[in-house]
Amino acid sequence: MGSAAAPLLSVRELEVHFPTSDGLVKAVNGLTFDLEAGKTLGIVGESGSGKSVSSMAIMGLHRGTNAKISGEIVLDGVNLLDISAEEMRKKRGREVSMIFQDPLSAMHPYYTVGNQIAEAYRVHNDVSKKVAKQRAVEMLERVGIPNPDKRVNDYPHQFSGGMRQRAMIAMGLINDPNLLIADEPTTALDVTVQAQILDLLQDLQREFNSAVIIITHDLGVVAEMADDVLVMYAGRAVEHGPCKEILTHPEMPYTWGLLSSVPDLTGDTEARLIPIPGNPPSLLNPPPGCPFHPRCAHRDKVPGDLCRTELPLLVPGQRGETHTKRCHLPNPDAIYATEVLPEIAPDLAAGAAPTRAEEL
Amino acid sequence: MKDEMSDESANAGMVGMAHEMADDRALAARAAGHGAAVAMPGAKPILEVDRLRMYFPVKSPGLFRRTVGQVQAVDGVSFQVAEATSLGLVGESGCGKSTTGRLITRLYKPTGGAIRFEGQDIADAKPAELKPLRREIQMIFQDPYTSLNPRQTVGSIVGAPLAIHKVLPKDKILPRVQELLEIVGLNPEHYNRYPHEFSGGQRQRIGIARALTLQPKLLVADEPVSALDVSIQAQVINLLQDIQNEFGVAFLFIAHDLAIVRHFCPEIAVMYLGKIVEIGDRDSIYSNAHHPYTQALLSAVPDVKQAASGSRIERIRLQGDVPSPIEPPSGCRFRTRCPIAQEICARHEPPLLQIGKRHKVACHFPGRLGQAPREPLTAGLLGVDSEGRPDPGASPSTDLVEQPGYADTWFDLDNKSIGRA
Amino acid sequence: MLAYVIRRAVAGVIMLIVMSIVTFALFFASPIDQASFICGKNCSPAQKQQTAAAMGYDDSFINQWWDFAEGVVKGRDYPDDPKLRETAPETIVHCEAPCMGYSRERGDTVTNLIKDTFPVSFSLAVAAFILWIAGGVLLGVTAALKKGSIIDRGLVGLSLIAYAFPTFFVGLILYKFVAIKWGLADIPRYTSIADGGVGGWLSSLALPAITLAVFFMAGYVRMTRSYVIESFQEDYVRTARSKGLPERTVTFKHALRAALTPIVTMAGLDFAGLMGGAIITESVFNYPGMGKLAVRASQDFDLPTTVGLVILLAAFVIAANIIVDLLYAVIDPRVRLG
Ligand SMILES: Nc1ncnc2c1ncn2[C@@H]1O[C@H](COP(=O)(O)OP(=O)(O)OP(=O)(O)O)[C@@H](O)[C@H]1O
Ligand SMILES: Nc1ncnc2c1ncn2[C@@H]1O[C@H](COP(=O)(O)OP(=O)(O)OP(=O)(O)O)[C@@H](O)[C@H]1O
Ligand code: SF4
Ligand code: SF4
Ligand SMILES: [Mg+2]
Ligand SMILES: [Mg+2]
Repeated sequence: MGSAAAPLLSVRELEVHFPTSDGLVKAVNGLTFDLEAGKTLGIVGESGSGKSVSSMAIMGLHRGTNAKISGEIVLDGVNLLDISAEEMRKKRGREVSMIFQDPLSAMHPYYTVGNQIAEAYRVHNDVSKKVAKQRAVEMLERVGIPNPDKRVNDYPHQFSGGMRQRAMIAMGLINDPNLLIADEPTTALDVTVQAQILDLLQDLQREFNSAVIIITHDLGVVAEMADDVLVMYAGRAVEHGPCKEILTHPEMPYTWGLLSSVPDLTGDTEARLIPIPGNPPSLLNPPPGCPFHPRCAHRDKVPGDLCRTELPLLVPGQRGETHTKRCHLPNPDAIYATEVLPEIAPDLAAGAAPTRAEEL
Repeated sequence: MKDEMSDESANAGMVGMAHEMADDRALAARAAGHGAAVAMPGAKPILEVDRLRMYFPVKSPGLFRRTVGQVQAVDGVSFQVAEATSLGLVGESGCGKSTTGRLITRLYKPTGGAIRFEGQDIADAKPAELKPLRREIQMIFQDPYTSLNPRQTVGSIVGAPLAIHKVLPKDKILPRVQELLEIVGLNPEHYNRYPHEFSGGQRQRIGIARALTLQPKLLVADEPVSALDVSIQAQVINLLQDIQNEFGVAFLFIAHDLAIVRHFCPEIAVMYLGKIVEIGDRDSIYSNAHHPYTQALLSAVPDVKQAASGSRIERIRLQGDVPSPIEPPSGCRFRTRCPIAQEICARHEPPLLQIGKRHKVACHFPGRLGQAPREPLTAGLLGVDSEGRPDPGASPSTDLVEQPGYADTWFDLDNKSIGRA
Repeated sequence: MLAYVIRRAVAGVIMLIVMSIVTFALFFASPIDQASFICGKNCSPAQKQQTAAAMGYDDSFINQWWDFAEGVVKGRDYPDDPKLRETAPETIVHCEAPCMGYSRERGDTVTNLIKDTFPVSFSLAVAAFILWIAGGVLLGVTAALKKGSIIDRGLVGLSLIAYAFPTFFVGLILYKFVAIKWGLADIPRYTSIADGGVGGWLSSLALPAITLAVFFMAGYVRMTRSYVIESFQEDYVRTARSKGLPERTVTFKHALRAALTPIVTMAGLDFAGLMGGAIITESVFNYPGMGKLAVRASQDFDLPTTVGLVILLAAFVIAANIIVDLLYAVIDPRVRLG
């Protein structure tokens, strides 16, 4: 849209490297994206693609470790990589907060849920314990915990998995942050509970108008939650754009692979899944050129040896400025329509709208 | 024998006539009366599980460990797996899927019920009797990181069953191991490597190779792909399909991912808190689900295609979490979360009623989404009124015992008639 | 809670009874004939017979155990001979309940022996305990917080060395050099609070307590360090940081609290073990504690004393176990007693 207002979060050329005894682990490389207030960005990618590491970088949680970070993370006009540890601490939990995958291990087993939520409030607000606890009860009520004034005194192990994640969300939102990062918030939960939590996150986002980054490896979750999608591979963004655009017109073979390797609830059961061959690359010695080339089925369509020698830039393709991808393929749209789509969704390829197969 | 049963249940139906909706109930009763199970036409069942139960004792801590309760992990589960096909077992965490799998491989001894493998009941088999069985039934585990011994080479992991069962002379083991590694898509030259040298997907392949070593007839796959990345999941699923086609192995395929189960299994059983709530062929479950839980599960799955095209079906919001299997709710175990529960649900457990050629459902109010009947279908069968209070006039059907297979007649809900194969 | 304590206590008593039976059985089966041992070298068979009868050694072992158990509850007389009670009551030693036996060797009841020696061992255990917990945990936490630094490596190295030195060696060095040669401390001689006041009591304990503490402290430094490092890896510490808590709160409220739980268990059991007497330290410093008593009793084949000490130590350990479990439940809300 080219809006005049600066985005809430602007990440530029973020690099996170870990020196280890085996060598330098290049966990995140040249990551660049923007996120506007009130919007949701979904980050997807395989295990080890750098999703958690980059979100921890935004939270400033690599401070004090041996991680080497460069680039820019600008939140509300302040570069988080420039400010002091103490300034970053004051932003943590107040301007940007995070919820984690496993809510049981993410909560301290020895303190009550209420204590842990109230603590998050008190550290940024000069209030009495009593006021903070009252606030915790309100938040628990808001995230749908029944009898919040009693449950506030429970310990995490007395909560069910879904309730714990609700409590984590309450903790994350208690200071009304501008940015909430949810790192696989539902991976440890059952589908019916996952649905509850996703609904809750959506409701709260509308209410608090926070920007949300939701990290997941489940494209279905992204499809339901996100405005924008960022696909990561080997520590790099390989495709980025509006959610619907990416899901209907993906331009990068890795995204194609992600879409084609999961069955869905309506697809043809006779069709075989099309896996991505091989394994994710090593981050110690990433492959030269396009990091996906050892597994890419379409590299022969790129003239010359480009895929093996030259890292493609993250640039807009044929579908407008907002949809960027990192691939040398000159005509991804055509390949997707003729080669990929017929395999994963013949009904879509034929132009028919997908319906639930009601008939036998 | 068969005639007798029909008579009795018909009788139950006659009494049921006295009520409104009587014809429904009579039909349901008659349909349920045809207890004699008929196997899938053409395919004979290799595995038949009959009212299988597994209760784990809950002990108090301390020196005198008294039993203070029981986890009813599996409580009266019946199903069949036909030769060379797959039955999918789905349900939320803790519903008893893994326990069922472990009972069938006899890693646990069942509290009650029968497990008939090729007609022979193995539920009470002794360790010595189990040994030959271990060749026929193998298990693939969820976690490729912990299910392999880190100190053994891949060759000895895969070859161990051959050595233990003395099927092959020592010098023939290695070639067979290499053959197996080849089958599962691993480099046969890597037989002397250790598990940690392989990626997650490759380790799962090692686990599959180990399970295949003795050419089993039945593989119990407990969440074989849950721990793997999406791209790797597809590789393993395809491999399992190839194995089934090539060797004619039957699968009990345990998973919580409904889309993967749909893709892999022509038959699916949905479990909730230790019980099967709905079982049927793929279309019955995914396109014609009659149990509120199945419907909720299906609507909760985030789906790329639906979201992308904006054709999302309305999501059913289930309240709360799965209750504890130590004190499951009375009557229908799903009632604490069921959007259409009524009084009878708290009083009586719904029987697993056959409502289609290959479709059974355990609910007092079975129906398509939004079309559940107003009156309980099962009241006549149970000899109660529609609130579930004992009905002095009614005599309950004595033959509500759940059979593992399907009968050749059933209660057709759409036509309110007896359906016939 | 109370029900739990009672149940555990009952179980503990049963365990003690079984322990004492086993101890009795073991000593009963020992090749040393108590009667002839007490009676002396030039003992005629008749005299020996008489001694055995007087001491009750001619009885079956289960009867002997029963007499012992009765003595614990009601007290008993040595020798328990009604005739002698009339003729020469002055030769009879009355041992009041709880009577743990009578040591002919030491000419005193075991209960009295324990009463004399227990304060020494207990004082030593308390002093050492305070030293090693304070030192071990503090240094361990310091090492963990400065992981990888010079301080950390220095502490780990030192604790390895300290751990490797035998206690008697450390004790002898302290004794010979610090106390005797350099005169930096008084020559350690146990002084009770009654005799020397708190100051005298403390200074009399300093050297042996340090000796004892060094060994334990070395272990606790390393244990604490690894627990603390481990707990900093926990997800909930990451959560605490992501809330914006100051590092101080993260460390003390979140990381340390969890790390210290297993240390409490270890410390409780170690302390209980020490209350039964620190054998080596007491011997080196010639402290009249239970450890030294135990050594002498076994040298002298003084069975009643040995049995009494063994059972007492078992009682300490059982009690410590119960206390530790209770503490655990207080610290960790996930632990339910019941
Ligand atoms: N402290 C560290 N030292 C060395 N390497 C690290 C460290 N933290 C993360 N890594 C590596 O960085 C890579 C990216 O990890 P990250 O946790 O971001 O993956 P992810 O995309 O979140 O995967 P997952 O889906 O499994 O959570 C991994 O290969 C990981 O091993
Ligand atoms: N060995 C055991 N002792 C006691 N309880 C057990 C044991 N194994 C399983 N359970 C309990 O039985 C119930 C069923 O467990 P099971 O592992 O079969 O569930 P599941 O359906 O496989 O779940 P998941 O999807 O989490 O693997 C659970 O409540 C579990 O806690
Ligand atoms: S750049 Fe080449 S190798 Fe990389 S994704 Fe595109 S086509 Fe495949
Ligand atoms: S029996 Fe009742 S509670 Fe159970 S699923 Fe059916 S309607 Fe719901
Ligand atoms: Mg992660
Ligand atoms: Mg399981």
